[in-house]
Amino acid sequence: MTEHVLKIENLSVTFQLHDSEVHAVRDMNFNLKAGETLAVVGESGSGKSQAFLSIMGLLAQNGRASGRAMLGDVNLVGLETGKLDRLRGKDIAMIFQDPMTSLNPSLRVRTQLAEVLMKHRGFAKEAAIKSAIEMLERVGIPEPVKRANAFPHELSGGMRQRVMIAMALLCQPKILIADEPTTALDVTVQAQMLDLFRSLINDFGTSLVLITHDLGVVAGVADRMMVMYGGRAVEKGSVDDLFYDPRHPYTLGLLHSTPHIAKRAERLDPIQGLPPSLERLPKGCSFNPRCAFAFDRCLGERPPLAHIGNGREKACFYEGPMKYGQVA
Amino acid sequence: MEQAPINLLEIKDLKKTFSVSGGLFARPLTLTALENINFTIRKGETLGIVGESGCGKSTLGRCILQLLSPDEGQVLWLGQDLTRLPAEEMRKRRQDLQIIFQDPLASLNPRMTVGDIIADPLRTLRPELNRDERRARVLKTMEAVGLLPEMINRYPHEFSGGQAQRIGIARALITEPKLIVCDEPVSALDVSIQAQILNLLAELKDEFGLTLIFISHNLSVVRHVSDRILVLYLGRIVELATGDEIYDDPKHPYTRALLTAVPIPDPKLARQRSIDALKGEIPSPINPPSGCTFRTRCRHARPFCAEKRPALETLEGGRLVACHRWREIELPDDVRIAESR
Repeated sequence: MTEHVLKIENLSVTFQLHDSEVHAVRDMNFNLKAGETLAVVGESGSGKSQAFLSIMGLLAQNGRASGRAMLGDVNLVGLETGKLDRLRGKDIAMIFQDPMTSLNPSLRVRTQLAEVLMKHRGFAKEAAIKSAIEMLERVGIPEPVKRANAFPHELSGGMRQRVMIAMALLCQPKILIADEPTTALDVTVQAQMLDLFRSLINDFGTSLVLITHDLGVVAGVADRMMVMYGGRAVEKGSVDDLFYDPRHPYTLGLLHSTPHIAKRAERLDPIQGLPPSLERLPKGCSFNPRCAFAFDRCLGERPPLAHIGNGREKACFYEGPMKYGQVA
Repeated sequence: MEQAPINLLEIKDLKKTFSVSGGLFARPLTLTALENINFTIRKGETLGIVGESGCGKSTLGRCILQLLSPDEGQVLWLGQDLTRLPAEEMRKRRQDLQIIFQDPLASLNPRMTVGDIIADPLRTLRPELNRDERRARVLKTMEAVGLLPEMINRYPHEFSGGQAQRIGIARALITEPKLIVCDEPVSALDVSIQAQILNLLAELKDEFGLTLIFISHNLSVVRHVSDRILVLYLGRIVELATGDEIYDDPKHPYTRALLTAVPIPDPKLARQRSIDALKGEIPSPINPPSGCTFRTRCRHARPFCAEKRPALETLEGGRLVACHRWREIELPDDVRIAESR
């Protein structure tokens, strides 16, 4: 029996707006196994980031989460800040697309890193700085002693991203949540980062949640994936199953929208139309206005996320074949 | 018999520098953004320009359009040097040369209606047209880019990123240009919308016989749209060849490294692939390495690479490469894979 390090049950996130309520995430369920990488894929507004910000207690003021996010026997949803602070950074850590927003611009890198160890693991200052510098070296920062003395603005984007990863890994968390960690980076630096993730998973046995819109990144790193649309998971399964045999029209559409460097197609086969506004989700299946396979039932009834065997789940009524060129 | 391609644009020995502050009391420093840029653009082709941030790809696009004045060199548009053209003459030429920007919403005036934004270039460039003629053209162009006629009186903030980019494309298209510089036109868009815009650009190119310069950091996107691809590194051309040549037989070590770094949306291939990850990051263009600027990250570099800058050589078929060692490092695929571990 594989150990589950994180169990998400019926997680929902709503935002209170001026005169309405917006459901950013609805009824999310998944289990994260020890040492696995789960990719959460979706476009802007799909709820992929908000779900994990809610677990980390980082929702905006007007946001509210319900459901359960079990880290061992602690429910992270609605946990008071004091208790959450003892877990964040130690057992579960999160890194973001823009490292500048997560690093304190007025503190030297070594101070920020050492603080984590002093707080969570009771290190003395000297020992904490020593470990911090070792971790900087571990994540591939050249001249770590010099870089440790730098302020964040003195480092390049790739370097800052490494500092943030180093900070997240200092306490060897069981779970690392990475929200678009390579989106702002150049391809050569992105490749270095993905390499780093792979080796860290091997060395520390960390479970990684990779939130991204880039299917190329998913293919190279993840074991399983969850595709989100309009605040809900629409398909879940192994990366190979979803890439080679997608069962949800949206997953298929995403795959056909992604240019492949080794295959030059005359035209891409994109999904028609625009992603829905969360304030005005279509009736029935949220994807139905853009779906080439939608039929009567899809317009009136919302398909539940159901098991379809082989550890896979999908939320779609359509059971027929889906061929390339049929999406549009 | 095939007709010889017409060179729409010829870029000769282009150089562009910027002066940057060296600190409070320090003398200003010179940043060389582009140097020794030589290439041609053929009528009807799509030329992709790729490179990492700071390589000068956007600066090159802006120098071609004379939105920035190059320090040295010529930009020949059908033989006429745009860099020496008087302002009034250049304004007329702008009908032929248009641009689409990366951030669609930021590049649209929030106080103007969609119709006014799209019509704006006509007001300056085609003052002889009256209101009705302008409106007719706006509607025709909106239809071509997939915007509905009833959107004409709406404001940019009412549109999503993908639709805003369609407005930007319509604004570029309305003067009936011959060449459009697309500067990261899909980088800010969601994947499904990105594909729609790429297809739209391809359709418009066929329909209006456009020539496109497509600037992007995303090699998969550039590969998808381009006939030929220009690879820049620290403001210099390292390679120029057809899309197939670049992908099947890259000559320059930087091109090779870039290609292996591109994520592939295919899990089995991605797992098999050996990544020849480049070490380190791009050096500062203020103080670039001597000789070949790529040598600090190149695993084929030899001591002499630090001494002399490699010339931009023209190979058979017109492809360009700037590397001292491209002949020696040319290896069959199996050796190449073994070598990259």
